[in-house]
Amino acid sequence: MEKSLHIDADKCTGCLQCELACSFENDGVFNPSKSRIKVFEFEHGRHTVPYTCTQCAEAWCMQACPVDAIVLNLATGAKDVLSDRCVGCKVCTIACPFGTINYDKDSGKVVKCDLCGGNPACAAACPTEAITFIDSDSTGYDRMRQWAGQTGTIVSV
Amino acid sequence: MRHLIIGAGPAGVVAAETLRQLDSSSDILLIGDESEPPYSRMAIPYLLRGRIGEEGTYLRKSARYFEERRIEILQERVSTISTDNRSVRLESGNVEAYDRLLIATGSSPTSPPIDGVDLPGVHSCWTLEDARSIAARSSSGSKVVLMGAGFIGCIILEALASCGVDLTVVELENRMVPRMMNQVSGGLIKSWCERRGVTVLTDTRVEGIASKDSQLMVSLSEGEEILADLVINATGVRPNTSFLEKSGIEVDHGILVDQNLRTTCKDIFAAGDVCQGRDFSTGDYTVQAIQPTAVEHGKVAASNMTDGQEVIHRGCLNMNILDTMGLVSTSFGAWEGIDGGQSVECSDLARFRYLDLQFDGDVLVGANALGLTEHIGVIRGLIQTRLRLGVWKERLMDNPLQLMEAYVAVAHGVSDGRKPTTSS
Ligand SMILES: Cc1cc2nc3c(=O)[nH]c(=O)nc-3n(C[C@H](O)[C@H](O)[C@H](O)COP(=O)(O)OP(=O)(O)OC[C@H]3O[C@@H](n4cnc5c(N)ncnc54)[C@H](O)[C@@H]3O)c2cc1C
Repeated sequence: MEKSLHIDADKCTGCLQCELACSFENDGVFNPSKSRIKVFEFEHGRHTVPYTCTQCAEAWCMQACPVDAIVLNLATGAKDVLSDRCVGCKVCTIACPFGTINYDKDSGKVVKCDLCGGNPACAAACPTEAITFIDSDSTGYDRMRQWAGQTGTIVSV
Repeated sequence: MRHLIIGAGPAGVVAAETLRQLDSSSDILLIGDESEPPYSRMAIPYLLRGRIGEEGTYLRKSARYFEERRIEILQERVSTISTDNRSVRLESGNVEAYDRLLIATGSSPTSPPIDGVDLPGVHSCWTLEDARSIAARSSSGSKVVLMGAGFIGCIILEALASCGVDLTVVELENRMVPRMMNQVSGGLIKSWCERRGVTVLTDTRVEGIASKDSQLMVSLSEGEEILADLVINATGVRPNTSFLEKSGIEVDHGILVDQNLRTTCKDIFAAGDVCQGRDFSTGDYTVQAIQPTAVEHGKVAASNMTDGQEVIHRGCLNMNILDTMGLVSTSFGAWEGIDGGQSVECSDLARFRYLDLQFDGDVLVGANALGLTEHIGVIRGLIQTRLRLGVWKERLMDNPLQLMEAYVAVAHGVSDGRKPTTSS
């Protein structure tokens, strides 16, 4: 069974462990600005919402890439950026309607969540189970995925 | 069922793949007149910068990719289409029959009507072949004049500047990327480039080009003359439709299509730069000539070419992202605003940061941004889902930089107990 990140914002305390874990796993530094998962604050921290790529079926980023640098990872279901192919044109960053693929100035390439190859560091680091990695069927991401559909001018391809 | 596709750029290739996904048994023939494997023009600037080799521009990387999907590729030029015989004639004289035909022939650069545009040393930057010629003449220190600071011109500018050439840009209008960015941001891009050693002449026209010794003399509307080793023409492009003249397929600026990307002739479709498709923001039919639209068209056309897979095309969002020497600019949808709409802008001119949002009621309809890259895609998300911003509209009018918060809040219904609402 394929697994997905499940985010339950109600359980998030805003501790930012996920951002630290993500940046450390991917860039070897504890630097939230490098994190591929972001925690957004509302009402001065009364609500916090972790937010990252849903690995949506439409894969807008992957479709838009002109050089085949974003590929479906058959093992994890994630859409992975192949850094050595990415030319840094950034067209995926405007094509993704969720804003979850971003340009990294330092590397000159784009970065996005790749589920850490099947063992997401953010979920492991989350102390309150606001972020869990569970069977895809039961994730609450359906609504966002529906949205992905709405963004499409393509209804049923 | 035999599908024939003319043009092996992104639109044609994505259409071929989609046709194969939807129907495993049809014959698919992809005809393109360039001598390389299908590649992406968009990648050319990165080739010029030496970031990638030519293979890096290929749309699909495995040598056997098309063969494995039973997509036959023919390197030939189509000279005419006969709708009566349902066939196309190739320049070699051969004829290929079709049941359904897709025209995805893209566009070609146009030249301004001035003397000397055909001289050796004057090049467009449109194909891999062009890229090779340009690379050969743009070594460090060589003098280059770039005609046109539109979107394509500015992308090439970036590549040329990083090759270390001595660069002068000449643009007819009063700012850079005038069809993508507004006055303020287009002006900022200009000063950004100037500070980095590029000469940018706006409100200026190239009057003519002449040979002078082994160089070119470029005369400008102000009477000034500049010497150049290479002149690059990026003044505009035109859809490749001339071979359709006697076909009965109707053409305006691009090929006329309906909401299914059907042309005026039965069983013939059009996609990409050659196609005058529907614009999401205006509902009008225009040629957008951008990569994401070519891909989307390819998918939609392929569905409609497949029995039982009809898809209505609601229109592509016009959007661009541009990096000029490290300054990233983006443009989305109705960035010039709409009648009766509202707008808000904020800027930090010293840091070259700028954001302008355009609304229709509490729906975002367009934007221009400079120096902002984080989560920039949500602008597309908000525009294309027509998500109603509710209380976040006013918050954005106060501080447009809260765009991502607005998106997450409205999408997740976090704040103020509001559930996400959409209207269409
Ligand atoms: C330097 C450069 C940078 C760019 N950067 C960007 C960017 O950053 N973002 C963006 O959105 N867009 C960009 N573009 C534009 C983008 O490349 C085009 O929108 C895209 O290539 C359109 O795809 P297409 O398949 O419609 O046409 P094309 O890619 O032009 O492919 C059409 C193919 O059909 C062939 N053909 C034409 N006539 C015939 C015939 N009669 N018989 C057989 N074959 C034929 C052509 O030779 C060509 O190979 C850039 C373009 C250039 C040149």
